[in-house]
Amino acid sequence: MERFKEKVVVVTGGCRGIGKAIVEGFLREGAFVYAWDYKIPEPGEAFIDNESMGQRVSVVQVDVSSADSVNLASQKVLEERGKVDILVNNAGITRDNLILRMSENEWDAVLNTNLKGAFLCTKALVRAMMNQRWGRIVNISSIVGEIGNAGQSNYSASKAGLIGFTKSLAKELASRNILVNAIAPGYVRTAMTDKLTAEQKELFLKNIPLRREAEPEDIAKVVLFLASDDASYITGQVINVDGGLVM
Amino acid sequence: MADIKQKVTEIVVRKLGVEETQVTESANFIKDLGADSLDTVELIMEFENEFGITIEDSEAEKIQTVGDVINFLKEKVGE
Repeated sequence: MERFKEKVVVVTGGCRGIGKAIVEGFLREGAFVYAWDYKIPEPGEAFIDNESMGQRVSVVQVDVSSADSVNLASQKVLEERGKVDILVNNAGITRDNLILRMSENEWDAVLNTNLKGAFLCTKALVRAMMNQRWGRIVNISSIVGEIGNAGQSNYSASKAGLIGFTKSLAKELASRNILVNAIAPGYVRTAMTDKLTAEQKELFLKNIPLRREAEPEDIAKVVLFLASDDASYITGQVINVDGGLVM
Repeated sequence: MADIKQKVTEIVVRKLGVEETQVTESANFIKDLGADSLDTVELIMEFENEFGITIEDSEAEKIQTVGDVINFLKEKVGE
């Protein structure tokens, strides 16, 4: 299938974990993809092995919490490709701590990357989507934005914030045929969840009806669906991709 | 003045897809020219770019008709 031939896609946090799976998914289906990430592969380190796919990806070092960095990278997209069709706000970090121990820095770092980052990237790219009367924005939230998680008040606040952001944007932009949805992944096998304690992992798995953790590809498939023409009547929704953990 | 009016008319025709004859000074962007709230924001941004000025939100709120824009720009950028 080549659902995204001729489409230009920006994926933040696109070099690792869920973001990389999303980048690969779009590349497989013909898109040109900008993978933005704070930490990009070393020069000479292959990001995408496949040669034809490698020609359609541009890896750019971006700090999504900085307006200057985001605006510069956005200009590059629009100058090089002349348009942007799909934005996936995926960049996210954790600085877990119980509230009593959480520093202001830990709070700010998570909110600035996860929530303000989505605002800055959207603001920088949405005008181009408005002008062409076609756009898709997919925000990667989390089930903890819906149900909370002890030790993640900053992270869950940022992910809940993304849900409100998604719904407001969906209403603002519907008249321009820009659809905005969020995905709330559950427990996904990535470097981020490797940091959870064995206790936390066990607790999560015990409560997942499908009895397994998600692979990044499980999330990417739903991002691609929401960005495709198959989802042209879906906007303002939060789709949980969590093996049934939250229902 | 004629120059400002001409530029404003061009922008409004291009952004809203209306006929030049509809763009009279008394024409209200929303009621007469079919603009929605996003269109009005986009128009303000176009005027800012075209004339190299900044239009504050409090000023933008007062701009409802084509004549409002022309008068505003006349004061802001001069003849």
